[in-house]
Amino acid sequence: MASNAASTVIPANQAPKLNYLNNGHTLRSWLLTTDHKRIALLYLISVSIFFFLGGFFAMLIRLELLTPEGDLLQADTYNKVFTMHGMIMVFFFLIPVVPAVLGNFLVPLMVGAKDLAFPRINLLSWYLYVIAGVLFLHCMLNGGVDTGWTFYTPYSTVGSNTNVIEAGLAVFIAGFSSIFTGLNFIVTVHRMRAPGLTWDRLPLFIWANYATALIMILGTPVVAITIVLVAVERLFHLGIFDPRLGGDPILFQHLFWFYSHPAVYIMILPSMGVISELITCFSRKRVFGYKFVALSSIAIAVIGFLVWAHHMFVAGISLYAAMIFSFLTFFVGVPSAVKVFNWTATLYRGSITYATPMLYAFGFMGLFTIGGLTGLFLATLGIDVHVTDTYFVVAHFHYVMVGGVLMGFLGGMHFWWPKISGRMYPEGWAKLSALLVFVGFNLTFFPQFILGYVGMPRRYWQYPPEFQVLNVLSTAGSSVLAVGYLLPMIYLLWSLKYGPIATDNPWNAAGLEWKTSSPPPTFNFDETPVVTWEAYNYDEIPDVPLEAPVAR
Amino acid sequence: MEHEAHYPALLHHFADAQQQKNAASLGMWLFLVTEIMFFGGMFCAYLIYRLAHFNAFAAGSQQLSIALGAFNTAVLIVSSVTVVLAVKAAEAGKRKVLVGYLVVTVLLGLTFLVVKGFEYREKFERHHVPGASFSFTDTFDDNGKKIPVNPKEAELFFSLYFAMTGMHALHMIIGCGLFTGLAILAWKGHYSPSYYTPIENGGLYWHLVDIIWIYLFPLLYLISRHS
Repeated sequence: MASNAASTVIPANQAPKLNYLNNGHTLRSWLLTTDHKRIALLYLISVSIFFFLGGFFAMLIRLELLTPEGDLLQADTYNKVFTMHGMIMVFFFLIPVVPAVLGNFLVPLMVGAKDLAFPRINLLSWYLYVIAGVLFLHCMLNGGVDTGWTFYTPYSTVGSNTNVIEAGLAVFIAGFSSIFTGLNFIVTVHRMRAPGLTWDRLPLFIWANYATALIMILGTPVVAITIVLVAVERLFHLGIFDPRLGGDPILFQHLFWFYSHPAVYIMILPSMGVISELITCFSRKRVFGYKFVALSSIAIAVIGFLVWAHHMFVAGISLYAAMIFSFLTFFVGVPSAVKVFNWTATLYRGSITYATPMLYAFGFMGLFTIGGLTGLFLATLGIDVHVTDTYFVVAHFHYVMVGGVLMGFLGGMHFWWPKISGRMYPEGWAKLSALLVFVGFNLTFFPQFILGYVGMPRRYWQYPPEFQVLNVLSTAGSSVLAVGYLLPMIYLLWSLKYGPIATDNPWNAAGLEWKTSSPPPTFNFDETPVVTWEAYNYDEIPDVPLEAPVAR
Repeated sequence: MEHEAHYPALLHHFADAQQQKNAASLGMWLFLVTEIMFFGGMFCAYLIYRLAHFNAFAAGSQQLSIALGAFNTAVLIVSSVTVVLAVKAAEAGKRKVLVGYLVVTVLLGLTFLVVKGFEYREKFERHHVPGASFSFTDTFDDNGKKIPVNPKEAELFFSLYFAMTGMHALHMIIGCGLFTGLAILAWKGHYSPSYYTPIENGGLYWHLVDIIWIYLFPLLYLISRHS
């Protein structure tokens, strides 16, 4: 593998071309940039900080659950810890991670544009994220919140004596950051495509982010107003969700899940887009059924808006409503299955290379399939009543959100790292970390399916001793997982300085982003590209064997 | 591209002025969609509680002044007309006329807010503001028949009244600030017949805020007044 390294390394005396990274080195040139690529890196740094913070709270949870007694944390502290873990991971990591980092970097490159349609709004969206994040950190250091990430009323309005309003305000502001990202993506895809880049030639990553942006625009304002109502109810003692004043807490759950269920698709759709890119590139084939994969993203976005009440089967909604939502929940599984089947069909007779991004893609397919299929268990009314609020649910959504989203994100980060940084990552370490993540993940969360099925409820700091073996397995897995997540951060930072210099197209991939230099110039392309081919025309690209361009 | 180079308002990443204008316009319409979803949550809550507590909502509605509400509705409709005339003046490149219509629009917006302020004051005086000092006495329909009302449910009506009109008033305040800024820039000659997109998009925002009021007025003041 190392043999090919020499050819990819540019002699040191040759000055690097002017690109977006060396075009200005001052702090000001970063903090006031309107370059979508720099904003993507700002987002990468800030979401990584929140990821490790959320991970820290996750480790506290796992350590507490190592023993049946409540010894490390008391009940109140435990409530705050799982709330902090949930809020940070959902609102400050999972929702922005793929669209705001990879999407921001790649959407203009993939559509052949110089930037997103509204570069200043893009920068504003990062600042809103930072303001929200700082506000949330302030809230955390002032004692935190204990409502759970769902802000359920009436506990959040009349019960809890923690900083609910401040946390709500942080989530509200982060929501506007997300709305602006979505707005930018939709306008960019509609108005900024390069000549010849018709809708049926768009990369599937663009389709996925377009569908995500639709959800961001249609869903986020609803959770924003819901949180405003919770805040004014706390402040002014209004009764909108308070049953003692004629209000209805179930209405809160409807409004909250109207956004927060589609938010799951905000998280997973962009990762699905990444996987489509990885699978085609590393099996050197056109994607099987392009139109079905593209439209399945839109179908997920649309049907995803009609399933929210499956979070409320035991909350007191009518049986007939529950039956309809159960049916629709099965129905939203169809477009997800279309994707998985089409990826599998793409692999068939492909010429597959097992580079690190592809390992993550395989990991995604396995974990997402388990997460998706257990979703069908939960859509079944009878089973849902049995396992509601148990670790079965916890395991299910971690398989989708962590197994799915993070596998997609890490796969995408490795795949596009040469484009982002101009350097290759160390393949050996990367393969090791992909393996650690996969093994650690399954060891952490698979036991939780069993725990939930035999009746361990979520959100408790103590449990009966007979659950201990499985909890120890889960905690052991989480430490393997932690190493698996820390490694890429270390070697990717290392590769910024010591990694072999990347060529413009190290994977011999088809997308427009590979037709400019690595790293790209500030305005992406020296000349606006004209597209005359369909996406993933791998049968027209000479199949240079992928002698992993990667070296050590 | 060369002949566009001297065109001052064209941002670097657009190929031509038309693309820039189309992008800004689509972006504004999408933003209006988010506004509709934002208010939609409250309209949804209103709908559900009106069905659940019909008598209390009818009684609460009777406490609002149709005269002031109708006056404010008229003010906003006139302001929408002045916004249209402002856009037309911008299109024709009449700077002073444009500034005039923008200023009149702001004044109409402020009129609305002042009237709203008097309405809120009246609610405070009559203890119709939700909270510890809320009180609500029984009401009578047109035939003098007593309508039994649970004060807690009437409080819910006023909670929604303040949440919805308050959020609308906040949008009016933002709109007045926005139009003041547009008027200053227009006075300085930033806009021309070839570039007046901000006037158009500001106008779209103003119209949306007006339309939301056009729905709030009948829902809160008019319907279910006579049960």
